[in-house]
Amino acid sequence: MLQIVFSNSRSAYLCNYMLQTSHLQFSYDGKNQLHFPDINCGKGEHWLLLGQSGSGKTTLLHLLGGLLTAKIGSVNVAGTDLKSLSTAALDKYRGKHIGIIFQKSHFVKSLTVEENLMLAQQLAGVKINRTRITALLNHLHVGDKLKSKPDRLSQGEQQRVAIARAIVNQPDVILADEPTSALDDANCNEVIELLEREAKAVGATLLVVTHDGRLKERFEKRIHL
Amino acid sequence: MNLLNLSWKNLTSKPLAMTLSLVLFALGVGLISLLLLLNKQLQEKFDKNLASIDLVVGAKGSPLQLILNSMYHIDAPTGNVSINEVKAFLNPRHPLIKTAVPLSMGDSYKTYRIVGTNHTILTLYNAKIADGKLWEKTFEVTLGASVAAELKLKKGDKFFSSHGLVMDENLEHNDGEPFVVVGILQPSGAVIDQLILTNTQSVWAVHEHGEVDSTQSAVGTEQSDSTEEHHEHEDLGDVNTPLLNFPDENITSVMLQFKGRNYQALNMQRSINENTDLQAATPAIEINRLYSMMGVGEEALRALALVIVFVSGLSVFISLYSSLKERRYELALMRVMGSSRGNLFVLIVLEGLLLAVLGYIIGIAISHISTEVLAGFMKQSYRYSFTGFEFLKEEIYLLFAAMGIGFVAAVIPAIQAMRTDISTTLAEG
Repeated sequence: MLQIVFSNSRSAYLCNYMLQTSHLQFSYDGKNQLHFPDINCGKGEHWLLLGQSGSGKTTLLHLLGGLLTAKIGSVNVAGTDLKSLSTAALDKYRGKHIGIIFQKSHFVKSLTVEENLMLAQQLAGVKINRTRITALLNHLHVGDKLKSKPDRLSQGEQQRVAIARAIVNQPDVILADEPTSALDDANCNEVIELLEREAKAVGATLLVVTHDGRLKERFEKRIHL
Repeated sequence: MNLLNLSWKNLTSKPLAMTLSLVLFALGVGLISLLLLLNKQLQEKFDKNLASIDLVVGAKGSPLQLILNSMYHIDAPTGNVSINEVKAFLNPRHPLIKTAVPLSMGDSYKTYRIVGTNHTILTLYNAKIADGKLWEKTFEVTLGASVAAELKLKKGDKFFSSHGLVMDENLEHNDGEPFVVVGILQPSGAVIDQLILTNTQSVWAVHEHGEVDSTQSAVGTEQSDSTEEHHEHEDLGDVNTPLLNFPDENITSVMLQFKGRNYQALNMQRSINENTDLQAATPAIEINRLYSMMGVGEEALRALALVIVFVSGLSVFISLYSSLKERRYELALMRVMGSSRGNLFVLIVLEGLLLAVLGYIIGIAISHISTEVLAGFMKQSYRYSFTGFEFLKEEIYLLFAAMGIGFVAAVIPAIQAMRTDISTTLAEG
């Protein structure tokens, strides 16, 4: 059954909620309804969403990121009800306010690492800032890969560039879907550390969705599906 | 990193697929443009050289050959006619004929034809003298603009003609008097630019003095009778002496302009063909016949070009469509990054359009460069100077057509891209 564990419920109520859901339900085929617990993540908080495979973790993440739209219930990101936005407006809003990191990072293959990040800025309607891109990549220890094509990078490097892409526009919310499950222990630790550090640097609310037990101990605030 | 830029990077990241589409596009566009160019320029030259001539009278044979030889100077003469036979047409008091231009051919200088005629030929082509004067005495010549330019001849230069219409040093008439250049014409764009003009008597004189050499049977019918005729006309050298004074001499043909297109004038052709040993041919009819003969080949080429263009469109479609499968994730990712569905549609359409425009530019370049290259070869055989630097209005339509094909080829993949379900795609990834 679904259950929410607020390990530090007091602080959640003190902050402004950046990521909030209520009575969220979703169904792919119209018969099997997935019910999700209400989520209230405050500004700058880091949360872990744990669940077994098939428990609807990715579906929830897609609902939160506006990649899916629920018929029942609402998703509120940084004060905006995602349902109230048109498709195009939602795309823009997502690009600007939500950074998403996927389990396996994909990039626009024909572009270099730098160009991929420039594309992220441009598509979100943010002014292209190459200094920020370079600084960010240096910060994530992949500064030397600026001009490389993404598929030349190792998994760990790719995931770091994906982090850079998610935070380049200084989003309010960062969603990470199994960001470490494809990585070995050393990379796993480094990537999650960098992710937390960068989220903190831009003051973003971070929600990591995973079944990776290695991450459990790092997060105080946890949601179980 | 705008969409156009991204489209370009996407294309160049697959150089092989891009090259195939481009080559096909360029071939199709190039072939169509080449056909348009050649057709336009050829037709223009043919029409210009019609020079409102109503009838050409010469020896029996192919009417098309008579026209091509007399008016376009690209085929051998059909034979000779004696002044006696055509004297009626040369008579200035003929009630139906406004202008009669006699032509005598058979000699050339470095492939440029020497044509014996009178000064009225200039009025046919609106030709004007640029330097020097028109030919007056025997062995004086006035050069068409192209001849002077190509052979670098100027006023006062002398040369020996060679027998026949092809260049052959063995056939040079170098034992008689040389021709002297007395004038050069302004460029007119018509066939007269390619001719060396002199009086009819000069053409006769070359052969009367030069028949001792062994060139007989070699070329043409021109020399046929002159060995036995050794007229020593005192007045041979004067351009003003009417040709009618030499009833036994030969010329190649006479070009006629009628005073009016009345019943009698129209009947003249049939009456000549039926009642005399001469042949009369109407330029417009023969040229239309020629067009319709060329038309079949041209249509086949045009059909081929259209097929190539269609295949190029298909290749753009296939390469875009098949790339969608591997780019699905990329497209979904762009949505995540803030790109709208419309952006994705534009992205793919731009790829189709880029290929089309690029293919078009390459194709046009190919056709114009090859026209310019071909021009050198064709000048000799067709007596026309083609140019690759003329651009046609039709080529702008061709650009729109190419872009239309690029768009149509890209529109289905673009819709497909627009409809990418981001959640499903990303969940699979």
